[in-house]
Amino acid sequence: MSIQTNSVEIGKSNKRKYLLEKISSKLFLICALLSVISLLLIIGFVFYKGSHPFIVEGYSFIDFIFGTDWVPSEDKFGIFPMIVASILATIGALIIGVPVGLFTAIFLAEIASKRLAKIISPAIQLLAGIPSVLYGVFGLAIIVPFLQNTFGLVKGQSLLAVILVLAIMMLPTIVTVAETAIRAVPNTYREGSLALGVSQIGTIFKVVVPAAKSGIMTAIVLGLGRAIGETMAVILVAGNSLIVPTSLTDSVRPLTTNIALEMGYAAGTHQEMLFATGIVLFSFILILNFVLAKISAKGGN
Amino acid sequence: MSTAVMERSESLVKEENLTVKVQSEMRSKIEKASKIAVKDLNLFYGEKQALYGVSLDIREKEVTALIGPSGCGKSTFLRTLNRMNDLIDGVKITGDIIIDSENIYKNNDVIKLRTKVGMVFQKPNLFPMSIYDNVAYGPRMQGIKNKKELNKIVEESLRGAAIWDEVKDRLKSSALGLSGGQQQRICIARAIAMKPDVILMDEPTSALDPISTLKVEELITNMKKDYTIVIVTHNMQQAARISDKTAFFLNGEVVEFDDTDIIFSTPRDQRTEDYVTGRFG
Repeated sequence: MSIQTNSVEIGKSNKRKYLLEKISSKLFLICALLSVISLLLIIGFVFYKGSHPFIVEGYSFIDFIFGTDWVPSEDKFGIFPMIVASILATIGALIIGVPVGLFTAIFLAEIASKRLAKIISPAIQLLAGIPSVLYGVFGLAIIVPFLQNTFGLVKGQSLLAVILVLAIMMLPTIVTVAETAIRAVPNTYREGSLALGVSQIGTIFKVVVPAAKSGIMTAIVLGLGRAIGETMAVILVAGNSLIVPTSLTDSVRPLTTNIALEMGYAAGTHQEMLFATGIVLFSFILILNFVLAKISAKGGN
Repeated sequence: MSTAVMERSESLVKEENLTVKVQSEMRSKIEKASKIAVKDLNLFYGEKQALYGVSLDIREKEVTALIGPSGCGKSTFLRTLNRMNDLIDGVKITGDIIIDSENIYKNNDVIKLRTKVGMVFQKPNLFPMSIYDNVAYGPRMQGIKNKKELNKIVEESLRGAAIWDEVKDRLKSSALGLSGGQQQRICIARAIAMKPDVILMDEPTSALDPISTLKVEELITNMKKDYTIVIVTHNMQQAARISDKTAFFLNGEVVEFDDTDIIFSTPRDQRTEDYVTGRFG
């Protein structure tokens, strides 16, 4: 008798447990879907708004991409200078940021003593946490005047200033991801190489870095993504001129900056063209993600 | 009666002493030149002492086996011979290790030391490259670029490690696709490619199946004519099969160091006997 009641009680409390289980798994699912829905909404909205002028209003997409004039008041929407500025700024930042970031990661993972690494690593991670507007302010207050004085420019805001700021901004991403990849290389590789009488630097460049290749590529692509999408810091140091840059000291206006600067007052076709700029920007990011997926699939093999 | 027995046994003891004496005399005649002389070696991991006054004389072109229970310091000792312990933070070493009349801890050319004293590890640790590149890695890093010369070194090394016939048709394919035993022999080939005098082996067969183990053991026996080999092993039969001299380590000390057949038949120390007969360890 008492056993029976016991089992009934247990059955009851289990029922509650199963219900709770069901509810919570649904709750988690909803949370997970929320981010997917947001993504789809943003993409949908940007593409809907951005494609409108080309589908409905008869603007040429080719002219939009390759046109060199952006004069909304005269109905001229060409973003070629901005595309060039974005690409050049990103490549420039990579040329500076990748070697510095990679060498920093190698130093932290392979060469620095544990004590030193414990000081430098958090400093670099903190660099990632600094709001981007502060990078811009730093660039405006230090880098821009520096360039102005060194090269005798009328205006220090330039492609070079953008490159320098972006290079610093991509460092934490590259360093952190590359360091993790390098640390993940099995110690037996290092021992095998050192035991053959190969120097530490030789070991790092011939064995450790090649073994961490896919992780390092991931680091570079993530850094690239960070650079191409950066807006706030860039606005402050780019100068925002609408020309196709021909030298490092030219004032430029990358894609992100164009959207941020004009969205506040734009309306109608002008506004839609800014969304279209967003599509181009988004395509860049999409390509990067595709490359990233390729790299990690290769690394997995 | 009892006196007769006493006399008889006394004469037996005498005879035995005599044979031991003759044996040891014979031995000293064929004894090879000293290659590595270790004198009063102490090693500390931070505060903790891992080796206590180790003194050994390792002879040229012999196989010296280091046996002992886990944590007895035999691997640690092996790694002092090519200074691989330098990689660990907080290791302190006192005493002398003299290889070819050069004190390796006084001379700071670790790179030269390690080209002369090669090492094979417990688990095959080939690089994620082709078989060819793995073997050519060391010579290349020494600056050998000539393709013909590299080809020759790779072939000789692979032949030396008795694996040439198995891999000659796929030198360009990844080394990591080979079986564990093959990989370990490529590791040996990689070490041979540096033309070392001494090869250290840290339990080279512990991750291998019996047949691969046999192949590696055969290889070690054959390599003896060209190299001085020091091998750490957990497997006492292995030590008995392949080594000329055996050192028994216990708690960071060398308890006994002698000819392998003596260690396994008539050890002087009770602890050695207990270990080799499987009473502990």
